Amino acid sequence: MDSWRSNRGLFLLLTAPALIWLALFFLVPLGFVWGLSFGERQGIVDTAITGTLDNYARAVDPLYLGVLWQSLWIAAVTTAICLVVGFPVAMAISFAPPRWKPILLLLIILPFWTNLLIRTYALIAVLRIRGFLNFGLEWLWVQADWALAVVGLGDYQLLGERYQPLELLYNHGAVIYGLVYVHLPFMVLPLYAALERMDRSYLEASLDLGAGQFRTLMSIMVPLAAPGILSGVIITFIPALGTFLTPNLLGGPDTQMIGNVIEQQFKSANDWPFGAALSFLLMYVTFGALALRAALVARRSRLVRA
Amino acid sequence: MVRSMGARTSRRQFVKGSVAVAVSAPMWPKLAAAQSRQVNVYNWDTYIGETTLDDFSAATGIDVRYDLFADNAELFARLREGNPGYDVIVPTNDFAERMILAEMIQPLDHSRIPNIANLDPVFQDAEFDPGRRYTLPYFWGTIGIGYRMSAVDGSPDSWGAIFDASDANANRISWLAEPSTVVQMALKRLGHSLNTTDMGALEEAVQLLIASKPNIRSIAGDNGQDLLLSGEVDLCMEWNGDLLQVMEEDDDLSFANPQEGGLLWQDVFAMPTGAPHPDEAQEFINFILEPEVHAAIADFIYYALPNAAAKQLMDQDYLTNPAIFPPDEVLARSESAQYLGEDISRFYDEAMTRVRAA
Repeated sequence: MDSWRSNRGLFLLLTAPALIWLALFFLVPLGFVWGLSFGERQGIVDTAITGTLDNYARAVDPLYLGVLWQSLWIAAVTTAICLVVGFPVAMAISFAPPRWKPILLLLIILPFWTNLLIRTYALIAVLRIRGFLNFGLEWLWVQADWALAVVGLGDYQLLGERYQPLELLYNHGAVIYGLVYVHLPFMVLPLYAALERMDRSYLEASLDLGAGQFRTLMSIMVPLAAPGILSGVIITFIPALGTFLTPNLLGGPDTQMIGNVIEQQFKSANDWPFGAALSFLLMYVTFGALALRAALVARRSRLVRA
Repeated sequence: MVRSMGARTSRRQFVKGSVAVAVSAPMWPKLAAAQSRQVNVYNWDTYIGETTLDDFSAATGIDVRYDLFADNAELFARLREGNPGYDVIVPTNDFAERMILAEMIQPLDHSRIPNIANLDPVFQDAEFDPGRRYTLPYFWGTIGIGYRMSAVDGSPDSWGAIFDASDANANRISWLAEPSTVVQMALKRLGHSLNTTDMGALEEAVQLLIASKPNIRSIAGDNGQDLLLSGEVDLCMEWNGDLLQVMEEDDDLSFANPQEGGLLWQDVFAMPTGAPHPDEAQEFINFILEPEVHAAIADFIYYALPNAAAKQLMDQDYLTNPAIFPPDEVLARSESAQYLGEDISRFYDEAMTRVRAA
């Protein structure tokens, strides 16, 4: 097959739409924001681009680094849970009979058909004190209490006087739950792609040579799926890190992610230059994550060659 | 003044020139409907009568395009880089003051709005807008405490119920999310003016908020009343009319006016600079200030009318409701927020970031 590179004109023609799109709607606006991050507010609505570094100096204040740290922590826990939950799901889909696969994959992407905001409000309806989960648990409680009464233990109030609803909303747990729910498909799809590409004969060889199921999983399957795991981790972690809607709606008074603080700068604080600087701080962290991935991939390919 | 490197570009021109296409996008419908008359209104959610807009269109033949915002910050951010095509906006007094200073709103022609005569004499002028050149009042109100009677002992008629909670109500309280409002109510609790610019007093307020945060279940955008109604919290800091709307739905809910006084606010009609339909905008404002129209809205949203002629059409339940018209001693201790400059706005905002991070 002829290399694309040998036919420069055609290559440029085909990539032009994407490049123009990227330049016009990504690089140019990003350049504005970058310029803005070196600006100073003048009066109420004006900003002068003065080349000042004050916004960055303020962004690395322990207060904002603390917020960034909390965001990193929440995004990391979210990613870890997505991986643990998503891996078996991806495995099940890749080992499912071929006629089931399209349907199972459809089920994974089904939530995308509904707007994120509506799905988050639906989660509130599930988790709140007078929500579906608490109603369900209360029903179980009533049944259990009745069962105890039937066997003659009704007088001891073993389950308490009445059902105490769980306070599930407005804490870190609710935010992580919401983020896992939203980001799980981003983890499952690359994992599935990696497992699907895998040569099954390695697994058979491992089992034939006496390794157990678990050993085969950990020593053969996971290493072979590593590129998929890495992709899944990256595309789950990055959007989770920058999120603001989920912590806004599900978080408590302690929950504050860097996305929320950036949003505030463009709204109530009316401090766009500082918001821009915080955005770039977040972006540098993201670049860091991507660079780490590139380094891992490079090391891996060196190991493979060695 | 800081000297700029190279050409100093106003941020406003900077964006306007480069993304003019994007800015003008919301105005497309105007081209399509060039023949029929139209007015673009930008208002708070749940803040109009059930049939007000249809009645206006029926009476004048003007189409209303109606858009909603959740808080003043959103309204301000939307208009900051130039008016995207609105004719009538409804900011609160301190934001109106800020927008007048930033020349984001333009003077009204009082000869086009004869219904100004219906307004209460006290509302015919305003400290933040001398002579009412730019703004006309829509509704006014306070911030108070909504609570669930069966869960709270007595009437929580002090900000102490929100800020120094007893164990009984720990983790059953919500605050509003607007940083300025929360800091200002903490200042009232401490006996300071809510317009203070004294750093010592402001810092004291932040410390009070940090100390009371463990008792707070949620810092609610504009939905404290919903949290109260759905049983998530038993006490909340909220706009009085929002609480009255949910008290209609649940007899166990009530309203208390904190004895320290609160925030007196006034939402005003204003015409943003560059409004494409100024004639229709003023016709719209004049229509709302008709006694029957204004009274019908008040009957639906339960906020206090600044319109003397409209008040005459209201029943005693409305006129004597202390949650709508707080008693004089509470009003005497309450204050209107002033626009105190960008540094104080920034302080409020960073204060809430600190409180959340603490």
